Amino acid sequence: MTDTAIEAAGLGRSFGGRRALRDCTFRLPTGRVCALVGPNGAGKSTLLTLAAGLLRPTEGTIRILGTGPADARERIAYVGQDKPLFPQLTIAETLWLGRELNPGRWDDTAARRVVDAGGLDPAARVRALSGGQRTRVALALALGKRAEVLLLDEPTADLDPLARRQLTGLLLADAGENGTTVVMSSHILPELENACDHLVLVDRGSVRLAGGIDELLAAHRLVTGPASADLAPHTVVESRTTGRGLTALIRPGGTLSGDWQTVEPSLEDLLLAHLRSPAAPALLTPPAEATAR
Amino acid sequence: MIEYRIDRRSGIATYVQIVQQTKQALRLGLLRPGDRLPTAREVVEATAINPNTVLKAYRELEREGLVEARRGLGTFVRRTLGAAGADTPLRGELADWAARARAAGLDRDDVAALFTAVLDEHFTQTQGDDT
Repeated sequence: MTDTAIEAAGLGRSFGGRRALRDCTFRLPTGRVCALVGPNGAGKSTLLTLAAGLLRPTEGTIRILGTGPADARERIAYVGQDKPLFPQLTIAETLWLGRELNPGRWDDTAARRVVDAGGLDPAARVRALSGGQRTRVALALALGKRAEVLLLDEPTADLDPLARRQLTGLLLADAGENGTTVVMSSHILPELENACDHLVLVDRGSVRLAGGIDELLAAHRLVTGPASADLAPHTVVESRTTGRGLTALIRPGGTLSGDWQTVEPSLEDLLLAHLRSPAAPALLTPPAEATAR
Repeated sequence: MIEYRIDRRSGIATYVQIVQQTKQALRLGLLRPGDRLPTAREVVEATAINPNTVLKAYRELEREGLVEARRGLGTFVRRTLGAAGADTPLRGELADWAARARAAGLDRDDVAALFTAVLDEHFTQTQGDDT
């Protein structure tokens, strides 16, 4: 058994001449619920497809549960943004296929719970379903597989608020009970803040932040003070001056001296400050640092 | 059984909200010794929050001696909160003090500010500022 779900070392992927992802190094411990965030086109989907073994890296390596993605395929479930399903099958047939393709692993109860919670008719054909209903079926397949690592690319983007809450709840409850590692990309920050305990921020193809959310927030401070003040010993992620005042997001490098008003940033403060300041150095908190095993 | 409501915009850590709502339910008598708290799964399904957050809140309640986890059975209320019942003499003294404050010309906000300041002096904050 390994306690590392995903470990990337110098990971990169180019499409033609364009590097969608470069020099990604981080570690995700097992049992975490990880938010994968970043602007559109940052490389989130590329990272997830590499982890799922659907793409090969052009640089570096990625290991899942201590092995290559291809060898871990049985233990991974991946739900892509386009939710590929067979349109001509009914929901019942789709779940039957899930059972046939995952002998010895399939959990029919878990899969059915997801479908039933949405009041879907098992005899309905996939092609007749709405986008959100298709998402529900795709998540039912992923949970039924009883995977050890769930890779979800914007799983809740096309769900209505009620279905989003319900499916996220089912997903987290299931993951908590089985110790499943979940990686999900999303743009809905308030939802991620409560659902996830781990964060990977990807921006322009690079990992900018990785680690436990509590640890990452604790490593930063939002400070307000006079514009003339000196922030020298600290790492300044972003600073803005308005009139005589200065507001900055810093990583404290020692005690803060002077008349600073200091608060711990919110997850949104942290992410936005990093996205506005591409030159700020990356930060990986200890559990996310690559291990020498 | 208690049902937790998570306010995502309150700025209060989610696990603290669960601790506070449980204590409130104990003070109001909505939860009594022997009652079972919802399982982590039930809370997570209803609120879509991280399971570890629920466990953290329950551990905190257990550390304060308010609940106990019984293996395989669930988490149960051990004791109630309610030292400040309506009939305590302290309430009478506070009421006298409030009447005197009013007679001295203080308005509601003045009294609230004064009371909070004294409260802060005598009780170190244990919630909401330790995350």
